[in-house]
Amino acid sequence: MSASAGGNGTAFVHVRGVSKWFGSLQVLNRIDLDVQEHNVVCLIGASGSGKSTLLRCLNLLERVEEGEIVVDGQPLTNGKVDVNALRKKIGIVFQAYNLFPHMTVIQNVSLAPRKALGVSRHEAEERAHVLLRRIGLEEKADEFPDRLSGGQQQRVAIVRALAMEPKLMLLDEITSALDPQLVSDVLNLVRELAQSGMTMILATHEMGFAREVADNVCFLDGGSILEEGKPEQIFTEPREPRTREFLSRVLEAGRMA
Amino acid sequence: MHALHQVLHLFFNLQSFTKNVPDVWAGFQINIKMMVVAEGLVLVFALTLAIVRGLPGPAAKPLRALAIAYTDFFRGTPIIIVALFIGFGLPGLQLGYISNLSIVTYGIIVLTLVYTAYVTEVYRAGIESVHPSQRAAGRSLGLTYMQSMRYVVVPQAVRRVIPPLLNDFVGLQKDTALVSVIGVGEAAYQAQAGSTNSTDFVPYLIAACFFILITIPLARFTDHLVAQRERRERAQAF
Repeated sequence: MSASAGGNGTAFVHVRGVSKWFGSLQVLNRIDLDVQEHNVVCLIGASGSGKSTLLRCLNLLERVEEGEIVVDGQPLTNGKVDVNALRKKIGIVFQAYNLFPHMTVIQNVSLAPRKALGVSRHEAEERAHVLLRRIGLEEKADEFPDRLSGGQQQRVAIVRALAMEPKLMLLDEITSALDPQLVSDVLNLVRELAQSGMTMILATHEMGFAREVADNVCFLDGGSILEEGKPEQIFTEPREPRTREFLSRVLEAGRMA
Repeated sequence: MHALHQVLHLFFNLQSFTKNVPDVWAGFQINIKMMVVAEGLVLVFALTLAIVRGLPGPAAKPLRALAIAYTDFFRGTPIIIVALFIGFGLPGLQLGYISNLSIVTYGIIVLTLVYTAYVTEVYRAGIESVHPSQRAAGRSLGLTYMQSMRYVVVPQAVRRVIPPLLNDFVGLQKDTALVSVIGVGEAAYQAQAGSTNSTDFVPYLIAACFFILITIPLARFTDHLVAQRERRERAQAF
């Protein structure tokens, strides 16, 4: 069993023995993970190691075939969960932003609060403006997403998820599709969120950033969490040879920053 | 010389032209009425059917099957047969209200039944062309399946299928002439009557002109939309 993040009481996110297959390919293998409230956990590992699938399982975009997931005291995996209610509490941001191309920025951000939470249009747009101001994109409110840079689009996608006032944010390699010079704006926003106490799970290739913001780091390999620990430990004295190998490859590729 | 004279007399006879225009025009107004009403109904029914056909899960399987059976049947059956079936069949059933509708209404029913099947496929192609990540984004924000269809998927799908949809409407507009077989007094019907009277083919030419006058603008408009989209997509590529 993997080490828990410490703290008292039940973890905010509690994952036990989760496995998943795509056909005959096992993509998650008996995953155990605990995330305490207000903590940031980074999932690292090669592409195909199961990071994204694990995140997508956490808000049931993927079906969990085996094991148990409990978020905020609510079991997700017993088949009785109201997925729509659950997803209102869990925001997810994707690698490819997935903004709605036929809607302006303000419409993107205010749609879900209006339709899923029943907030009035006026109030939803007002709140969206506040959020956009916070990320310095208020003047883009009436633009369509294709008029924005990748970094701007991704920040709007983060804000779109935040507009639902989630208790947990899942970030799925959100800087992987960005030009290097656009990455820092997005990471600054995530850093701010971490400082504000948002509970977050990030799948990321940005090791320097993971080391800086994470309370805990999990190294995934072949669908399993091979090693979990504090960032200093994982990045300076990894126990597992596979972790060491992965990190040295990343270092060679110049992604350690 | 005689042959040319024959052609001019039978097809391009000005006297017959002026004589027959009013009747064919009166008939053509029925075509316009049928196309406008049928197009409106088709837009709504076809979208409903396309959404039903895409419903997920085993519970919706009978509904999906019904939608598939519908499109298979009405895409596979010649419109004339549907017309005869409805136009003579429904009154023959003596079922009260639905057996006592006007003949134009039967014509509209025929066109709606058949074109709903075509346009359902057009909508379905559009819905399937929207990347699944868009639906995932909608669902992940807490929108229900229907909400993410309504606000995220369908608006993008409809924008994409407007050109093929208008194309089908050009077909519908022409096919309004086919319901003359059940006695709808539309342009082709009037032209046939006029032709018998004046013993030439001028009334058919008149009817053809009316149809062309109404379909050409729609075809050009479709071309314009396609060109506009291509320009936009090329601009996005950079």
